[in-house]
Amino acid sequence: MSADRQSADGTVNRRGFLGISAVALAGVVLAPGVRLIELAAGRSPGEPVTNQVRWGMLIDANQCDSGCTDCVTACNTENGLSGGTLETDSQWIRKIEVKDLRGGKARSLPMMCQHCAEPPCVDVCPTGASFKRADGIVLVDKHICIGCRYCIMACPYGARSFVHEALTDQKPEVPRGKGCVEACTLCVQRVDRDLSPACVEACAAAGHKAIIFGDLNNPDSEIAKRVAAFASRQVREELGLNTGVRYQGI
Amino acid sequence: MRRWINNCDRPCWKIGLLLALLMVFGLALADPETGLEFTGRVPKPAIEKGKGDKCVNDTEFMRKNHMTLLKHQRDETVHSGIRTKQYSLNGCIECHASQKTGRVIGSNENFCQGCHSYAAVQLDCFECHASKPQSKVSLIGTREEGIAPVTSSAPISQPASGPATGNVPKRTK
Repeated sequence: MSADRQSADGTVNRRGFLGISAVALAGVVLAPGVRLIELAAGRSPGEPVTNQVRWGMLIDANQCDSGCTDCVTACNTENGLSGGTLETDSQWIRKIEVKDLRGGKARSLPMMCQHCAEPPCVDVCPTGASFKRADGIVLVDKHICIGCRYCIMACPYGARSFVHEALTDQKPEVPRGKGCVEACTLCVQRVDRDLSPACVEACAAAGHKAIIFGDLNNPDSEIAKRVAAFASRQVREELGLNTGVRYQGI
Repeated sequence: MRRWINNCDRPCWKIGLLLALLMVFGLALADPETGLEFTGRVPKPAIEKGKGDKCVNDTEFMRKNHMTLLKHQRDETVHSGIRTKQYSLNGCIECHASQKTGRVIGSNENFCQGCHSYAAVQLDCFECHASKPQSKVSLIGTREEGIAPVTSSAPISQPASGPATGNVPKRTK
């Protein structure tokens, strides 16, 4: 077997080289595939996030109840937001009503940072404070944010808020402060502990299960299966931002 | 200006700098506030003892380097999601929060503020970060059934009024 791969002087001939390369390549391809499942199943607190995972949400507008604001309340509680809805209040998630003007069909759905793969907020940030984590979560590094609010202007979804006044009694895991821009973090502090975001849990607890959360890159995850099985849409998909939050039934 | 520097010998400005530093340091000591201990000739900040036997590193090292450790850790946490306890600010607060007030700032007897006001170094962390430990916040939780974000072997439910597409095709690699 090895005789036809190796010539008499011990060097690897062309066919042998190709064979070995194919085996090596299969190993490389296979190994990350296996690793992907391991990583998704649970990352230790000391391990950095990788781009093998892409966190996303699928929101089913058919299941979303127009009177229910449990996701908003849960977000406010988890992240220590005041719950005010003034222009100067931080709102990381809002419930909005959309209506098909011709057909008359109304829909209610939650709207928040869409965690784009190509986020405009990151493009315009002059300091690098606005960034996309390797696993697809778009965040603001508030240590670097200078509060210029370019990202607020750049975001097509109006998802970002600015903290106008000094805050007290922040949550230990959700530092927030005056002069910084902030938005939905997909409850990154919970995701890092292998939990789903607060809005997802609240929606399930209310019995709607309109929001599911998971790894879009993992074909075995519920969200990837649903995205593969049913038509889902990205809001303002014409912008080509490849959002991590997708909607079903709009 | 350049000429002045050139005319001056090196030790000259070094001594000047030393004097300036001594003046600043001397002024800080000259105005002791509450929370300072007067055991010897020089007042010292009263530092409340933390929980547990010892810190994550020895005290001298931590006094000099805690800010570097924290800054390194914060970047790791924010950008890479590394949430190890050892050098996390929440970890510090967990041990060093005052037994009385439960905080690390608030009065000059509290751990962080005690030293920082003594050394006249501005402490910005707690404009955004909580100064209380999160021990009351439960870190243990389980995912609710059916909303596991990672893998789910259970068949997925079809939306109530969604398109009727029949069984979900299984995706192959």
